[in-house]
Amino acid sequence: MTQKRRELLVDPLVDNNPITLQVLGICSALAVTSSLQVSFVMALAVIAVTGFSSMFISMLRNHIPGSIRIIVQMVIIASLVILVDQILKAFAYEISKTLSVFVGLIITNCIVMGRAEAFAMKNPPVASFLDGVGNGLGYGLILMLVGFIRELFGAGSLFGITILETVNNGGWYVPNGMLLLPPSAFFIIGLLIWAFRTWKPKQVEEREFKIQTVEAH
Amino acid sequence: MADNTPDNNSGKGPLRRFLDLPTDSIPKTLFVAIALCLFASMVVSVAAVSLRPIQEENKLRDKRINILQVAGVYAPGANVREAFEAFEPHVLDLTTGRFTEEFDVATFDEQVAAADPDLSRALASDPAGIGRQSNFKTIYLLRREDGSIDKVILPVHGYGLWSTLYGFIALEDNGNDIFGLQFYQHAETPGLGAEVDNPRWKSLWAGKKLRDDNGDLQITVDKTAPPAGEDFHIDALAGATLTSRGVDNLVKFWMGEEGYATFLNNLQAGEIS
Repeated sequence: MTQKRRELLVDPLVDNNPITLQVLGICSALAVTSSLQVSFVMALAVIAVTGFSSMFISMLRNHIPGSIRIIVQMVIIASLVILVDQILKAFAYEISKTLSVFVGLIITNCIVMGRAEAFAMKNPPVASFLDGVGNGLGYGLILMLVGFIRELFGAGSLFGITILETVNNGGWYVPNGMLLLPPSAFFIIGLLIWAFRTWKPKQVEEREFKIQTVEAH
Repeated sequence: MADNTPDNNSGKGPLRRFLDLPTDSIPKTLFVAIALCLFASMVVSVAAVSLRPIQEENKLRDKRINILQVAGVYAPGANVREAFEAFEPHVLDLTTGRFTEEFDVATFDEQVAAADPDLSRALASDPAGIGRQSNFKTIYLLRREDGSIDKVILPVHGYGLWSTLYGFIALEDNGNDIFGLQFYQHAETPGLGAEVDNPRWKSLWAGKKLRDDNGDLQITVDKTAPPAGEDFHIDALAGATLTSRGVDNLVKFWMGEEGYATFLNNLQAGEIS
């Protein structure tokens, strides 16, 4: 049992990562990863929301009517997201200013809905909580990796601490401004997926179709 | 599932009876929907109401820190509330260029005023993209020990590339020399337009002049200096043409006739004390 629980937490980190394998939650991963600190807070927020929403949905799972289950899940997720947003505004005002709308948009993060629908509706609360936290961690891991690359090469700093002195501040490093723009995260996430799948060839998807070769004579 | 079959046992309360209904029946669906909405809205409103005072405090603190920074008296870690007591807020009537006692400074809300047709006006030309302009603004005076005016801090805002930039401009007592400019709220592109927050760029503003000797507004944010000379020129941000143009427009607008020009004239004439 403990082995199973450990798997729930660890599996989504690499083997079943919500971003690199399931390719979910990409939009916020593009938007908030321009600095590590913001990525970190966003990851914490998503971990809290996926964990607790999965737990609450699992607690109610035997009473949720099938016809309105998505709406019920949305209400629970949305309430938790608003809670997180309000708490950030009260206790981490600076960061909530940079995260702006993206905390609110956790509601639409496919990972949260995905775990609610795929796992929490059919499993007990503790397992669902762990599964939610695990997937949040998997999301957070990718966010931190992307944030690391983007902040280091885009702004020359990590967690706001200058590593490479940029030209704008009188140093030598010419930052790659594109890395601070959301599209750069597309490339980085794409490269990460490639790296993960080279490392774990099992993750490579089978082709959905085969190109038919006509024998040439 | 056994616990979901209808059960007419009389010893149960109404809640239990609802929970025991088949999950997909219409009454149970309605019950779950209503109960969940009520519960969720309660949780959300309790959180929102109980955290509001802290959030308001944060906003106020943030604004005050920005005023302290633009006036060059901010020390990290210092008590913001105490440091801010050196500043004297006034409600300024833009049309007369004088302070007005019509409103209570502590409660005057410029955004409410901008929406009130009696207290605001639609702009004929609106280079800064601000829509309606309030006729009244809350400004701040920083005084020297002898009571004379040291700096005036004027709120400004205008549209950049993606967002409205809100900030303060600090002027010396002659109403013409810039001490600093700082934005406290904007959503410009990180690394490009958001470099308006870069301390090195902000330091370019210190010592620049708004108007030349003839009283014409010359201050310019651009790649090249205006004919009036370097004293009136702030180098535009590299890679952020539209944000720079927005800053240029908003500074020209607010320092011009539609903005604080009347007040600045009064200040120069020594009519403000």
